[in-house]
Amino acid sequence: MTAPPLLEARNISLTRGDRAVLDNVSLSVGAGEIVTLIGPNGAGKTSLVKLCLGLLKPDKGTIARAPGLNIGYMPQRLSVDVTLPMPVARFLSLWSRSTRAEMACVLEEVGAAHAIDRAIQTLSGGELQRVLLARALLRKPDLLVLDEPVQAVDVHGQIELFELIGAIRNRRGCGVLLVSHDLHLVMARTDTVICLNRHVCCHGKPEDVSRHPEYVALFGRHADALAIYHHSHDHSHADDGCVVPAGQEHTAHSDHQGCGHDHHHHGHEHAHGGHRHG
Amino acid sequence: MDDFLLRGLLAGIGLALVTGPLGCVIVWRRMAYFGDTLSHSALLGVALGFLTGIGTQTGIVLVCLAIALALTLLQEQRRLGSDTLLGIISHSTLSLGMIALAVLGSVRVDLLSYLFGDILAVGDADLYAIWGGGAFVLALLAWIWRPLLALTVDEDLARVEGVPVRRVRLGFTLMIAIIIALAMKIVGILLVTALLIIPAAAARRFAKGPEGMAVLSALIGVGAVAMGLGASLQVDVPTGPAIVAAAAALFLASQAVPARG
Repeated sequence: MTAPPLLEARNISLTRGDRAVLDNVSLSVGAGEIVTLIGPNGAGKTSLVKLCLGLLKPDKGTIARAPGLNIGYMPQRLSVDVTLPMPVARFLSLWSRSTRAEMACVLEEVGAAHAIDRAIQTLSGGELQRVLLARALLRKPDLLVLDEPVQAVDVHGQIELFELIGAIRNRRGCGVLLVSHDLHLVMARTDTVICLNRHVCCHGKPEDVSRHPEYVALFGRHADALAIYHHSHDHSHADDGCVVPAGQEHTAHSDHQGCGHDHHHHGHEHAHGGHRHG
Repeated sequence: MDDFLLRGLLAGIGLALVTGPLGCVIVWRRMAYFGDTLSHSALLGVALGFLTGIGTQTGIVLVCLAIALALTLLQEQRRLGSDTLLGIISHSTLSLGMIALAVLGSVRVDLLSYLFGDILAVGDADLYAIWGGGAFVLALLAWIWRPLLALTVDEDLARVEGVPVRRVRLGFTLMIAIIIALAMKIVGILLVTALLIIPAAAARRFAKGPEGMAVLSALIGVGAVAMGLGASLQVDVPTGPAIVAAAAALFLASQAVPARG
């Protein structure tokens, strides 16, 4: 790619106390590119995102943003106090002056049109993620920064969300920086994967990273699920992707994170089959 | 109606119109105890005002701001929990204020009226101060309303979106400090927080959006002032506590109303 990147971090180091949070980390995101940052808990993923957003300053290294870069940020979570009455439409209007029609349009795009007048505290995990995505999109961003966008969403909902993010990238041509502690689900839709554990273990195309010894060492036997996932994914989404309301299965499956993590592929198949019978 | 009654009523209404919306933000941000701590430190401000001759209300605003700043610095150290820090500051400043006023014995100070207010002693100057100061606070609140709401929803998100977080928070603290200085005359420093949080809490169940809750909270506050003043005339009880008791009664009534769909 010859166009200059939207965001480029070079040789970033960050220390907290005497602990190195990030050590000589570099990354760049170009227009229309999906870059996924994966790594175990405590790997410094969120710190790196905060550096990219300008919320933290690096101790060493530089972060360059394209001039006038408009970043749409989707936080990991949002917990609005129950004492604050906040319908989704009002929440969206807090950040950009948009008309109700514009909001409805963006909510439609992310599949949450029905939520526009609901109190934000009453949304399910998946619905909230979609609303947060809509909020980021209302800024008409050049770069989407999504921090663990599928937390508290079951496997089926995760696939839909990643589909959605891919579709948005295709439609809008924006760059996407995605953070996840999850592996195969994310990687299937990604152009570049950066495997982070305080330093960059490895980076490159998903297929290459999944075979990299450091990646395998970090994630062990989960690493080989990528190829399998590719197949089942295409098949399942075309089949019933728009039939299942995203909100419904979240609650049922959100407690099974450990299980889902071990057997994403199988978990997905189960959810799928279960729906047909139900 | 007697002059002093009318002045008291107007002063109370003017105050309630501001404490309603401001109190909502305090409730949303879970800062009730923070407000309590600042108001307790107001007695120290009274002493400062006497001592330096800058006037009690200026003294209160200055001390409240200083305490808020000290609290922010202490919280950044993260050695003690916020609630512990607030408890320490709240009670030590209240005690120091009382000690300072006792030492300044030459000045005639009616301690009770500072603690519980004396709405019927409101003079014309107080009335102007409340309506003028109140209008200033409401204007400031309207000005920073959107960034303040954004900050309340999620501080990190607000920062990413370019909200000047520190300045908005400073503005919010300034508003609380001014309101405490203005409200001392009406309900006293021990009861200021009640006028901030009870009407807001009563308004919550009927509000669909933040602005609606702010307006409703102001109206409930006005109702509480009218009811409290009326009751204290009927049965000769202290007015400040009567206003707070009326607000509490309205809150209870709001909880009793069946929830809408």
